[in-house]
Amino acid sequence: MSEPAPPAFSLEPESFAFTPENLERAKAHIGKYPEGRQASAVLPLLDLAQRQNGGWLSRSAMDYVALMLGMAPIRVYEAATFYTMFHLRPVGRHLLQACTTTPCWLRGSDQVVSACKKKLGIGLGETTPDGLFTLVEVECLGACVNAPVLQVNDDYYEDLDAKRTEALIDALKEGRPPSAGSLAGRRGSEPKRAVEGAAPAAGDGAAGKG
Amino acid sequence: MLADRDRIFTNLYGGEDWSLAAARRRGDWEGTRELILKGRDFIVGAIKDSGLRGRGGAGFPTGLKWSFMPKESDKPSYLVVNADESEPGTCKDRDILRNDPHKLIEGCLLAAAGMGAGSGYIYIRGEFYNEARRLEAAIEEAYAAGLLGQNACGSGFDFSLYLHRGAGAYICGEETGLLESLEGKKGMPRLKPPFPAAVGLYGCPTTVNNVETIAVVPTILRRGASWFAALGRPRNTGTKIFCLSGHVNEPCNVEEEMGIPLRELIEKHAGGVRGGWDNLLAVIPGGSSVPVLPKSICEEVLMDFDSLAAVKSGLGTAAVIVMDKSTDIVKAIARLSKFYKHESCGQCTPCREGTGWLWRVMERMVKGEAEEEEIDALLAVSYEIEGHTICALGDAAAWPVQGLIRHFRPEMERRIKERRGSAAGARRAA
Repeated sequence: MSEPAPPAFSLEPESFAFTPENLERAKAHIGKYPEGRQASAVLPLLDLAQRQNGGWLSRSAMDYVALMLGMAPIRVYEAATFYTMFHLRPVGRHLLQACTTTPCWLRGSDQVVSACKKKLGIGLGETTPDGLFTLVEVECLGACVNAPVLQVNDDYYEDLDAKRTEALIDALKEGRPPSAGSLAGRRGSEPKRAVEGAAPAAGDGAAGKG
Repeated sequence: MLADRDRIFTNLYGGEDWSLAAARRRGDWEGTRELILKGRDFIVGAIKDSGLRGRGGAGFPTGLKWSFMPKESDKPSYLVVNADESEPGTCKDRDILRNDPHKLIEGCLLAAAGMGAGSGYIYIRGEFYNEARRLEAAIEEAYAAGLLGQNACGSGFDFSLYLHRGAGAYICGEETGLLESLEGKKGMPRLKPPFPAAVGLYGCPTTVNNVETIAVVPTILRRGASWFAALGRPRNTGTKIFCLSGHVNEPCNVEEEMGIPLRELIEKHAGGVRGGWDNLLAVIPGGSSVPVLPKSICEEVLMDFDSLAAVKSGLGTAAVIVMDKSTDIVKAIARLSKFYKHESCGQCTPCREGTGWLWRVMERMVKGEAEEEEIDALLAVSYEIEGHTICALGDAAAWPVQGLIRHFRPEMERRIKERRGSAAGARRAA
């Protein structure tokens, strides 16, 4: 796996605890696994902690999860550094994750990355000074027939090019993000002509929205 | 071409609602109780007779895999569904998860009944957040309707199904890496044997199946093994979701009959190769791990396990990555080498060191900054990685490079000569 950035100890909060709502969610996660197997909940709980903590995991959050699950802290740090979705230092409010693996690259992911860099004035792995955006390169996101793809926090934006990427960043800056999914008018993974040929069926809206 | 009446995934594109009510209208959850009551041997036997082979890449016969589960055990048995879809080029399970989740959930129940598993976990890749929320809602619907849980569907069979989100690691798509991750550890694959059917999740008998494999089970049981077996070719039966990406006019997912010619698949469903068929350079036919094929082979080859193995490639996940003549083919493969270097879990030396070495040499090959003998060295090292690691990630890293050298060696040599020529020219000019 990739080398994680060193933890940002200077930013380290003194303590961490789940909010009452997240404590309930944590208990529900732990309840999915058999008695004595609560370590299985380490990824869901770290995810919960990261969301509560503004998008990154502090040392105290990891220690809190370790205590809750009865795990040695080192086992939790191991998980937090092995899986790429955990961040050990603060990230911007909008985490732009550009897929550049071959299927996206063939469809122009270089232009998407360049558009992000140009528009935000930052490079890969950097955060804008206002703390709004962090730009990272990620490996295959599993939406290859809608390439190139940019994941912004939890949402996939698909069928991108330079222009659509710039417009997306503008919309994020203005606090009015478009619905997730294709920005070329496709509903999902259907061929383009299916969209042009027939009116989209009424249904549950944009692709990938939960 | 697959007839509409033989289509399993009738809501692949999400044109209709995903919910239980709509799924029932499409025929899901019909007669599930009766299928369970026909018993374990009926379910496993029908899946064996259908010829279904695993849709996650390896193509192992599904019914046979299920039959490895113990009939008697003092430990609980588990079904684990691999929804960690991460193989570059592959995005088929995503459509099942978000648009047809009830096919998967019903399939879990029937598969579990067939192997005597009391609980199931669906391990979904962490990045599929919206898809996970959708699936979670569908699972809740199924519990509320009495389709899951105690006395599922009124059959007397108890089955609990849970969703588990991963957190970003390709290696968790490997079945034992997935089990490690599900137990809360780093996703480092386990040595086999023991196989998961003997010692799997929490040390208990476990079967791990791909999403698409499980999602076709209810339709096979309802329509009969012989219906499924009549589609495709012997040993390569049924329908398959193909992901058509890269340089095609209309990238898309499509369900087709196994054994469809590659050219027909691309031209009928993806609007053809960008710039026309003659503008085709190469195709990776089954996800990033399988060797690339040049146009000459793409003309005739059929899309199934045995046909693609016969041309030294593979069906893999049926993710077809198309590259036209504008493609820098060495760079396209070098990018895959970078992917495997990034995703190696670091457990086995040949993979941990080898994937990085392959990538560094491939980056030089892109620019021609190499000696011709190094192409042979690259090939030799790839064979040292292949087959010498705990899991197949080492093989998967080696095969794309081997395929490139097999079919595009002259292009690699041309770059090296060109670079040497321009370097000599620069020296003379200086």
